[in-house]
Amino acid sequence: MLASLDRFGPELAVMATAGLVLLADLVVPRRHKAWLAGLSVAGLLAAALWLVILVLRGRQASFFDDSMALDNFSIFFIFLFIAVCGTVIIASLDYAPRFGSHQGEFFALMLLATSGMMLLAGARDLVTIFVSLELTSISQFILAGLLRDDKGSEAALKYLLLGAIASAVILYGMAFLFGIAGTTRLVTTNGAPSIASTIAAGDAGIRSALILSMVFLAAGFGFKMAVVPFQMWTPDVYQGAPTPVAAFLSVGSKAAAFAVVLRIFYEGFGPNTFVGNDWKEMFAILAAVSMCVGNVMALRQTNIRRMLGYSSVAQAGNFLVGLAAISALTNGRTSLGASGVVFFLATYAFTNLGAFIAVMAISNRTDSDEIADYAGMGRRAPIPAAVLLFCLLSLTGLPPTAGFIAKVYIFNAAVQADLVWLVIVAVLNTAVSAFYYLGVARQMYLETAEGLPTLVRAPWATQGILVVAAMGVLTFGVYPIPLIEAAQRAVNVFG
Amino acid sequence: MLPEVLLATVPLEHVLILGAILFAIGLYLALSKRNAIGVLMGIELMLNAVNVTLLAFSRYVVSPRPLDGQVFAIFVITVAAGEAAVALALAVAIYRHRETVNIDEIDVLRW
Repeated sequence: MLASLDRFGPELAVMATAGLVLLADLVVPRRHKAWLAGLSVAGLLAAALWLVILVLRGRQASFFDDSMALDNFSIFFIFLFIAVCGTVIIASLDYAPRFGSHQGEFFALMLLATSGMMLLAGARDLVTIFVSLELTSISQFILAGLLRDDKGSEAALKYLLLGAIASAVILYGMAFLFGIAGTTRLVTTNGAPSIASTIAAGDAGIRSALILSMVFLAAGFGFKMAVVPFQMWTPDVYQGAPTPVAAFLSVGSKAAAFAVVLRIFYEGFGPNTFVGNDWKEMFAILAAVSMCVGNVMALRQTNIRRMLGYSSVAQAGNFLVGLAAISALTNGRTSLGASGVVFFLATYAFTNLGAFIAVMAISNRTDSDEIADYAGMGRRAPIPAAVLLFCLLSLTGLPPTAGFIAKVYIFNAAVQADLVWLVIVAVLNTAVSAFYYLGVARQMYLETAEGLPTLVRAPWATQGILVVAAMGVLTFGVYPIPLIEAAQRAVNVFG
Repeated sequence: MLPEVLLATVPLEHVLILGAILFAIGLYLALSKRNAIGVLMGIELMLNAVNVTLLAFSRYVVSPRPLDGQVFAIFVITVAAGEAAVALALAVAIYRHRETVNIDEIDVLRW
């Protein structure tokens, strides 16, 4: 037990930092609350450094009696979550004064939610998955309502009530999974019975109970991934929650949900077992429905955050294409579909964070999220507008951006898995999505800016983050090989 | 430990059916109640249906690790309490703004 404690270090470091931030909040004077952001980022850097040391020493293993795993998959996602949280914290320096005396809570809850996500990436046991999921969710419920204004409280209450129903549905599925296998361990390394080994044995008598539990799990995690028909909360929360929180949710929460779905379905249920085809078909249908509904609803939005909310529903559909195409292999071993999901999630993190932070930099000065108020933004706020344009191009999936490579990669996987119909649906949807993504671009660059004031420049930290996000989108659009290889190494642990 | 006579007369299926009925009632409440507190009560019922199911399985399942279910149930109870606390705090925050916790009147954000 104690011998494995170092593998648990990054999570512990982030949690300890959250506690330190809360304590420091008591003594830091109000006009220096930015120090707390510095402390949070320092904690995240320490966690990242710890993880680098673990990797260099080759400490990858299953630990805590197989309830956690430190493998390439969890390492990839932990780095991703640390990067996302750090980016949002730095970018929110501009926004944080709105939280008034609750800035310390904001940073501490961000760190706690992140530590929950980091745990989720490595969780290999149903109880661990549930507890880390709730650590993430409850922190996010509070974050969504932290401004305590009218819209924020409404968004938070809707998010919480629907989220709690989703948790109960997940739990019911997990209870049946426990009943089938007699254990809550997804996979074991010492040959003891586990959920994966029970399903692989393929006793026909457990099939109906397995499908029941599979449907419950997909419905509950569908909520966390924001997949139709469980997407109702997404636009409300993206519009009502504080912008940095919405940015964090749209990337971190989604990536964590997909990580745990890959763990449960790819590692637990398995793609080649007697229920493999059932869950692949289920995700294929959810993917098609999500893309269509998300894009059609996004078309009619006038509020940019609501539009990004529906666009994230449509993007979740794109990720699900990868889950449906999980059995397409490359090099005879690596799953193209699964590595596509992981690669897509990483590029989406850069892209969506860039878009949300640009929206935050603009809206914080105009006090409006209406797309109509973005007229002439290309002149009025050159850097945020340029980054927003670039991120929207990447979300559409146009070259030379990372979003283009990710879409090509995942569609290729779907074609190899004989899901041509799904690729046709996805490509048609990409065309639809271009309308609303490029509508914002038209508003920013082709509408006249005459008579409208130039905006006050965002702080250097925000501008720096924006440029870094745009560079990331461009770099992985032109030279994606290192990230693709990292994604393939990550999913090879299941293969 | 239950007396043998009870064990012999209450098969696993009956407890599972009880759990399923509780879960369905809870889900119905959560989806149909107008009052946010009512929704929360529905959710609690769903979580307790899960606990009944977990405990039934952990009593009847033949496995080297039957206690996993009971441990799971304890975590569910604890986390449900945390969730309820946050939900009530939010309900109070909403009530301060609108003087209502009726979900169909909380509709600033739509479509």
